[in-house]
Amino acid sequence: MSDILRGYDLACIRGEKPVFSNLEFELPPGQALILSGTNGSGKSSLLKIIAGLLPAQRGRISFFDENILGDQDWISHNICYLAHKNSLKAEMTVAENLAFWAALDQYDGDIREKAVKVGIDHCLDLPVCYLSSGQARRAALARVLCHPGEFWLLDEPTVGLDSKGVRLLADLMADHLDKGGRILAATHIELGLDPAKTTTLNMLDYTFSAHEAFHELFQEPWEEDFQC
Amino acid sequence: MHKFANPARFMRLSNILLPWTTGLTIVLFGFGLYYSLILAPQDYQMGNTYRIMFIHVPASYMALFGYGVIAVASAVGFIWNHPLANQAARATAPLGATFTALALITGSLWGKPMWGTYWIWDARLTSMLILFFIYLGYIAVWQTIEDQAKAAKIAAIVAMIGIINVVIIKFSVDWWNTLHQPATLIRAGGPTIHGDMLAALLLMIAAFNMFFVTLLMWRIQSLILKRRIRTLRLQLGGGRG
Amino acid sequence: MLKLGFLIIVRDLRLSMRHGSSTTMVVSFFIIVVTMFPFAVGPEQEILRKISLGVIWVAALLSSMLSLDSMFQSDYEDGSLDQFVLSPAPLELVVLAKFIAHWLSSSLPLILVAPLLGILMNLPERGYVPLIVTMVLGTPALSFIGGIGASLTVTLRRGGVLLSLLILPLYIPVLIFAVLAANAVIDGDPVMDHVLLLSGFTLFSAAIAPWAAAAAIRAGLE
Repeated sequence: MSDILRGYDLACIRGEKPVFSNLEFELPPGQALILSGTNGSGKSSLLKIIAGLLPAQRGRISFFDENILGDQDWISHNICYLAHKNSLKAEMTVAENLAFWAALDQYDGDIREKAVKVGIDHCLDLPVCYLSSGQARRAALARVLCHPGEFWLLDEPTVGLDSKGVRLLADLMADHLDKGGRILAATHIELGLDPAKTTTLNMLDYTFSAHEAFHELFQEPWEEDFQC
Repeated sequence: MHKFANPARFMRLSNILLPWTTGLTIVLFGFGLYYSLILAPQDYQMGNTYRIMFIHVPASYMALFGYGVIAVASAVGFIWNHPLANQAARATAPLGATFTALALITGSLWGKPMWGTYWIWDARLTSMLILFFIYLGYIAVWQTIEDQAKAAKIAAIVAMIGIINVVIIKFSVDWWNTLHQPATLIRAGGPTIHGDMLAALLLMIAAFNMFFVTLLMWRIQSLILKRRIRTLRLQLGGGRG
Repeated sequence: MLKLGFLIIVRDLRLSMRHGSSTTMVVSFFIIVVTMFPFAVGPEQEILRKISLGVIWVAALLSSMLSLDSMFQSDYEDGSLDQFVLSPAPLELVVLAKFIAHWLSSSLPLILVAPLLGILMNLPERGYVPLIVTMVLGTPALSFIGGIGASLTVTLRRGGVLLSLLILPLYIPVLIFAVLAANAVIDGDPVMDHVLLLSGFTLFSAAIAPWAAAAAIRAGLE
């Protein structure tokens, strides 16, 4: 039994393009794992695989000795996923958006208090289409706060944020870690989190060689293929 | 399962089988055409025109059979994520659509001497036409979606919904047709079918079946090769490995 | 669970109301398509009477299809669809709620203006009630089946044409049973068989659509 979230031997192929393989990671409580690597190195893919939005080609992710890879029930109660996009409806007000997702994610805390925390309480009653991109991203962060899940998967959380916003994000993340939460974040920007609580995973260490991927897809060695 | 029917094994196996099935197709067609064009007697009512039946009936049968193959292969591909089953379903679609078109064309050619017009909204022809549309939709799915893994899944769902609806649509068209034209029931050959006619028909059905199997293997082979080329190109383009 | 479904329906209706134009456009399209027919076949009252039910039904079918591709499109584009998949609410429930919202926002208005089109098409007086009843029984099936199509094509760039190609053949049973039922009433023929078949088809599509659509969305997001 272990309360560490562990990924074993993960491999990903997207649209026949090999993304990564043999990827392993560990995420104990109160820790953050920062995914680094160039565009297309599979940061988003890894987050999506953990969130169950993308099937892995191979591998497993264990938590308390259970494989949670693709386990919708576990994922829906424990994982909060923030994508590039904000998941907010432009026609609805910030408050309506937050209330809707909070209800769907079964969060019963105070939404206004979270909005104050991210500094958008003054535009709660504005439709999202009137918000600047920084404000919209902050509203999306408020949605993350209004999620009961312990695991935060953040895909480029700093997109659209100004330097003040980035600092706010870093504070929110540090807060979450202090409470024993865990974070997986794909980001280029140095967030200044406590180094003792942060591990960096360089995606480029796990590139999937074309030969291996070919074998994975067609279940035959690479060389033999050229003869048919 | 994966081990048993992976693409590499299929390539080897089909390379051995293909000459045999091709030969068998030619032999069966030879006998079938001899029986249907020469041995089978003229029909006392329809003269020689009825002989189009020997194309029409097997083609209609293959049209339905083809969709059945797609549905079964799709179910296998969807549930077990089996790459070969997905390719088989994909390879069957244009064949089935062509047989459907053939059945429609021969049906309406046959209709001209029978009904005096190329097309009437007869229940069987109408169902066949709708089946043709369903084939087109299925083929379009494969053509529209770039990512092959995703295309396989979406196409499988389309095929499985399609097979349920083919049955319902067949029923509803029959229902609609009997209410509109109660008296135009035509039987191919009728109950008085001659022994040689039956033999000819069975031979032609067997020939069509063999033809279908041969073409299907060919198409699956070419799809597998195409997919390999795509994969190789993508990997070269990626510049990794 | 029911509460969540209700929440999604309210959200979608609210969105379509604030968006405004889509419902109005669907209804206008419905009216205009029907108006085309007298120009095409000539204004003889007898011919119009004969084709009225069929024309209104075909127009309703096309109009309800018009708003299908927006059913999941904006949710896909702004990332809400990912959140729906991740939320504890079963995806089947989410799509079912969306189907119902689609029916309320695009088919219900059609049913309300259908009598008006009956007048334009010289529908016999005995035909109005059957027209409304068959539409109430049949149009949900359009939303369910159309919803499957919408979920299959949501992630595709050229999804719109494919969507119509996929679902129009599947609409045929609705069209057959609904028009047969309504015509049977006008002609004084037995009607129950058709009505039962129509309702049966609607119920059947309601039963399979949520599963199929949920599976399609999961596959599409990959």
